[in-house]
Amino acid sequence: MNILGMEGVPKEEIETLLDLSESYIEQNRQDNKKSSILRGRTLINVFFENSTRTRTSFELAGKRLGADVINMSVSDSAIKKGETLIDTAMTLNAMHPDVLTVRHGASGAVQLLSEKVTCSVLNAGDGSHEHPTQALLDALTIRRRRQSLKGLTVAICGDILHSRVARSNIYLLNTMGAHVRLVAPKTLLPAAIEKLGVEVHHNMLDGIRDADIIMMLRLQTERMQGSYVPSTREYFRFFGLDREKLAVAKPDALIMHPGPMNRGIEIDSELADDIHRSVIHEQVEMGVAVRMACLDLVTRSLSRNTDRDPA
Amino acid sequence: MTEQLRATEQLRAYVNARLLDPSSGLDETGTVLIDGNKIIDTGPHLFPNGPPANVQVIDCKGYCLAPGLIDMRVHLPEPGGEHKESFETASAAAAAGGVTSMICLPDTDPAIDNVAVIEFIARRARETNIVKIYAYGAITRGLEGKELTEFGILSEAGALAFTDATKAISDTLVMRRVLSYASTFDLLIVQHPEEPKLARNGQMTEGEMSTRLGLAGIPAVAEVIMLERDFRLVELTGARYHAAHVTTAAAIDAIRAAKARGLPVTCDTAPQYFTLTDAATAEYRTFAKVSPPLRCEEDRLAVIEGLRDGTIDVIASDHRPQDQDSKRLPFVQAEPGIVGLETLLPLTLALHRDADISLLDLIRRLTSAPGELLRMKEGRLAPGLPADMVIFDPDHDWTIDAAALKSRSKNTPFDQMPVQGKAMCTIVGGRHVHSLMG
Repeated sequence: MNILGMEGVPKEEIETLLDLSESYIEQNRQDNKKSSILRGRTLINVFFENSTRTRTSFELAGKRLGADVINMSVSDSAIKKGETLIDTAMTLNAMHPDVLTVRHGASGAVQLLSEKVTCSVLNAGDGSHEHPTQALLDALTIRRRRQSLKGLTVAICGDILHSRVARSNIYLLNTMGAHVRLVAPKTLLPAAIEKLGVEVHHNMLDGIRDADIIMMLRLQTERMQGSYVPSTREYFRFFGLDREKLAVAKPDALIMHPGPMNRGIEIDSELADDIHRSVIHEQVEMGVAVRMACLDLVTRSLSRNTDRDPA
Repeated sequence: MTEQLRATEQLRAYVNARLLDPSSGLDETGTVLIDGNKIIDTGPHLFPNGPPANVQVIDCKGYCLAPGLIDMRVHLPEPGGEHKESFETASAAAAAGGVTSMICLPDTDPAIDNVAVIEFIARRARETNIVKIYAYGAITRGLEGKELTEFGILSEAGALAFTDATKAISDTLVMRRVLSYASTFDLLIVQHPEEPKLARNGQMTEGEMSTRLGLAGIPAVAEVIMLERDFRLVELTGARYHAAHVTTAAAIDAIRAAKARGLPVTCDTAPQYFTLTDAATAEYRTFAKVSPPLRCEEDRLAVIEGLRDGTIDVIASDHRPQDQDSKRLPFVQAEPGIVGLETLLPLTLALHRDADISLLDLIRRLTSAPGELLRMKEGRLAPGLPADMVIFDPDHDWTIDAAALKSRSKNTPFDQMPVQGKAMCTIVGGRHVHSLMG
């Protein structure tokens, strides 16, 4: 079993994963955080794109379940030496890992790799396509605060165009019965995005009015200076979250951010640290639990396969 | 000498054929008589009492007999990409597909931008000697879009027309001079109609599918923007202009309007653009990655309408072989292209069945239309012309099998697709270069 994206994943499966994650939140808060359900299993984190946070989260998740965890950064130089993605996949596969978590800068690359290996593959983010564990941890964070996702209004704000987090969240939230609104300037919205079942807003006040959840997305530095938006100053003025804009959302609206934040660009610095509104650090905690649940679930199907195998 | 010539002469009659000759409008059962490499006569009334004894008779079993197909858009990546396709493999693929003449794009390595490379192509074509191989000359040196190549000299050396293959001439001043200079010699300029800056980094057509896949999109208007600019320059210069592989409703409308205004513009499309949509790229299927990209359903229907009403003059395969290593990659890194020589005929014939376009009208787009456009003698069934012909069964059911393609590369999104219509015999200068007729 692989977890490559949230598109088309049924509600029951998402609920199973979230329920399973709950149990790991408790485990992670104990002094002894370690269990042994993945003992003997090998997890390789293959990161073709740098990410300290996600990689650490997967690494902790694997270790807390008792797996042997290897981190592999496939630098650009290795790719320049001529090794293709499929070569890398075959090489790793020959080492008999049980799970590969893969991040890659190209959309679809994780799926391509998964087609060439016999182990389970978890997508840790591929290009602008999907980042399913981020959507799951966001859902878990929301569910713990609001009991259910159904009927909630969630505003996703910022660079939707390049965001795999936005796409995975749109699919998951729609499946779970939430109302999704997107808020961005037109330069940061992909074509025909409304066909994914979202309400599109270009005015942030309209977009976050009476929202239950406000998810801010990171705007990459190289996109700030005149290419997609004229300046960080202008971006913050119209699309950055500050107290004044937040006032139109529900009084108890939660603020989320997948990190790392650009303080003062997409989100007001004080607001980000407001423990009454911001659940940004909770998201990080939920991330480890969700990734443990994903590892648990995909390796369960591996065991079943082994049991069935007469050899 | 005369005796020797007589000895090599060979009279052969292709009888019981449905003759399709678009240039004369002929669509009747009859006979084609050839002498060696030339057509002597054609028609329904040839040999009412049966052919004389000195004539070899070939029974066409009621199949269609048409001029051999002229594929005016073929990437034959030799020199430079022999691992993807050679003259021999491309020729075998062409023969199997009923193509008797192919015109190769200049994006080889080195590019066809000087006489030496044109002569290399001509020599390799002679050596290979299966189907006829012609070449385009590059518009600009190294296909860089800056300095003009020697149009006059290249044209004398055999370049049939000029194009920078899959690169648009984007600099407006350069394009103006290209068209002005080409019109001096009455040469045809073939443009890849895509505004390159608007298409920059684009991997597929922009729309719901590109959004779902998280791939950078190329907006459909990138095509018409380039065309509308070019039409102004055509009006200014009077040059003959051909838009390659048009794919969008807006572009076809613009061409229709330009033709109505009397501009000397023509265009072609490729079977993938009236057969597939961007839905074929689901699951990141790189075999459906092409340039220009597959479009939405409305555009696909507009291409068919453009063929029906005559706005689109030519159907060319846009054959572009890519080896596995160029396709088994993340979508963004994969090379664009589809091999098309062997699927050109059946995919085109599907329009007869599905879109109710007459056989003669479809065959015109594959024979006399490109022949006239490129001022070739091929593309017609007429006395004195080369005996380049295809005998095809329009009803033959078969399934496209990528592994069985003659092309060295097997990059087709049509693998395992059931189709109708097959070249049963391909004849180049009187030689049978492909035959399933036993």
